Amino acid sequence: MNAPLTLSAEQIKQFESQTGLPYNLSDEQVQSFGAEIEALRGRIMSTLGERDARYIRKVIKAQRWLEIGGRGLLFAGILPPAWLAGTAMLGAAKIIENMEIGHNVMHGQWDWMRDPQIHSSTWEWDTVCPSSDWKHSHNHLHHKWTNVVGMDRDVGYGILRMSEEQKWTPYHLGQPVWNLLLAVFFEWGVALHDLETEKLASGEKTWKESVPFLKGVWKKVKKQTLKDYVLFPLLAGPFFLPVLAGNFTANIIRNLWTYMIIFCGHFPAGVTHFTPKDVENEDKARWYIRQLLGSANIRGGKLMNLMSGNLSFQIEHHLFPGMASNRYAEASIEVEKICQKYGLPYNAHGLGRQFGTTLARVFRLSLPNRRDTVTA
Amino acid sequence: MSQSNLQTPVSRLGQWLASPLNPRQYLELINPLWANRCCGEVVAIRRETDAAVTLEINPNHLWNGAVSGQYVRLGIDVEGVRYWRCYSVASAQMPTDRTFSVTIGRVDGGRVSTHIQDALRVGDVIALDQATGDFTLPTSASQTPLLFISAGTGVTPIAGMLRHLRDTGVEADVVHLHYAPDQRRCLFAEELAAFNQLSSFRTHQLYTRADGAAKSSSHFSLQQLSAICPDWAERKAYVCGPVPLMDAVRQVWSDGNLSEQLTEECFQPVRADVPTGAGGQVSFWKAGSEVAGAGDKSLLEVAEDAGLLPAHGCRMGICQGCIVTLKEGQVRDLTTGDVFGEAGESIRICVCAAAGDVTIDL
Repeated sequence: MNAPLTLSAEQIKQFESQTGLPYNLSDEQVQSFGAEIEALRGRIMSTLGERDARYIRKVIKAQRWLEIGGRGLLFAGILPPAWLAGTAMLGAAKIIENMEIGHNVMHGQWDWMRDPQIHSSTWEWDTVCPSSDWKHSHNHLHHKWTNVVGMDRDVGYGILRMSEEQKWTPYHLGQPVWNLLLAVFFEWGVALHDLETEKLASGEKTWKESVPFLKGVWKKVKKQTLKDYVLFPLLAGPFFLPVLAGNFTANIIRNLWTYMIIFCGHFPAGVTHFTPKDVENEDKARWYIRQLLGSANIRGGKLMNLMSGNLSFQIEHHLFPGMASNRYAEASIEVEKICQKYGLPYNAHGLGRQFGTTLARVFRLSLPNRRDTVTA
Repeated sequence: MSQSNLQTPVSRLGQWLASPLNPRQYLELINPLWANRCCGEVVAIRRETDAAVTLEINPNHLWNGAVSGQYVRLGIDVEGVRYWRCYSVASAQMPTDRTFSVTIGRVDGGRVSTHIQDALRVGDVIALDQATGDFTLPTSASQTPLLFISAGTGVTPIAGMLRHLRDTGVEADVVHLHYAPDQRRCLFAEELAAFNQLSSFRTHQLYTRADGAAKSSSHFSLQQLSAICPDWAERKAYVCGPVPLMDAVRQVWSDGNLSEQLTEECFQPVRADVPTGAGGQVSFWKAGSEVAGAGDKSLLEVAEDAGLLPAHGCRMGICQGCIVTLKEGQVRDLTTGDVFGEAGESIRICVCAAAGDVTIDL
């Protein structure tokens, strides 16, 4: 057998006995890393002010104008250029609303402004997933238990096998197809996230128990569908079909893009997945290290940062989920320096590499683990 | 068909089209006053004295108007953070489609009053709350002899009532005593003096700190009151000013068994002059979070600093607009210094601080 390129099982065990995690830092170094990250958080949070408030209000205004413009152009959608431009604008508006505004507002990143109109307790976003469900499954489960297989349901959303630690079954052979369907209908996947389909399939949970949850989702679905697929097309009169097609396409564009950004956050090559044992007795410093090792950034320009809702700084978002997103760029410079100092990996690459290796993982893990790796 | 019948299907269609937002959140892109929140545009800023400015505010359609003497909460954004402060409406009573004014004195070290004086500009849109308070004229103002006593910026609600009486031509029998350090620092000095030209108004400006002959008065006393207004006991009285004046006036009316005839408006929280305790951890029941709460900091401020938006009103323990259920622990009433609290008890979070670890239903 070839010598493994990665850490041997003995080496990992040795590190784990020292630190509880697969990296080589003394407990003192772990604590001092945590303290530096915490200090950075404090430094940036203490300078939030007027400039940041202006930023989010500007983004919200621009997003609403973009949406009005897109829907307006679609009314002239019988002309192909107007249809294309209108659809693209509406798709972009929905992406910005979901990513840079909705997702981040619901994290409480702007609660410090005390503006009830831009507040985590009041924000409802433009997708079929009710914001209250999202705040539970995403903010609580995913951000607290990031990449812990069996605890963080974002590891494959109960549909895909995204970590070697997840058990393989013949169902996973169809994973490339399930993955494509999830990408296209991502907002529905997000909305049904808390349904816990895998538990329904195994009989651990009954459909009856899911009725109140489904009723809540249905209420939101009705409103979203009525708006995009009935009222706006009807309002267009003879141009019913172009508007319907434009709205549908804009929603799919949004789905594909958000799927891609979110999957690039935790599944590119080099991110670590954890077991519940790894997080026993985890303190704040170790929690920071897990967030770092379990997340990946996308290197890109300002447009990428805006359109990804600054999840191009997924590492910083996971270290500081409550920090205003426009500050992640400056935080990332410091975080990368601190990582270099402690010899910790900082997973930041272009979109092609991050998404390419993510897709490779989807295909690779549709098959059972190869026996010559960790278990050798 | 009535207008409301016409509007209902249209506005409902608007709601559906704008979902999950409100149609007004798109309309406000064109004009911020078309928002679906109560707000107003600052249309004029007038300097009254070195330390006070008057804001003329044009409220939007959601504001219900004010009765002279009431107060209104303004939500002012300072460094991106919204702070709410109560100010008395200083203008005459107005229909809802007109502007109203508030006069704001600079508080030394006061974040909001300083911002208003230095950074607020004409054209800025500020958040508003509905006017409230019962420091208002009696319904039969022309048949009730009235006495107003004010000091400093405490004159603002009283100026509102006097202006209302003047502008509506009500022949009320009015005596007004106003205390100010000197003429330069006296709010509305000329306007108050001009009230004396009205047959039934008598106003007295009493300068307590002016030099030489200009020093026309000492602080409020029964002796002084009797000299200026011998029939004070037969009048319905209003007092608004700093705590020492309020205390002195309350004492005189209480000694005369006349407390029922006195209406008070306090514009600063009365905090007990007793040492405060150590505070403790404050847990928010619904939000599920926990922060440290100092022993002299109101739970309302602690919650706001933690990013919560608790409902509240006067921020000084009067209006009961901030009542929250205590789940666990005890609190200190900052107006009395008393420590109290049973699980399930309702507390005014604007004047209560943590006394040890507490959990509140927020």
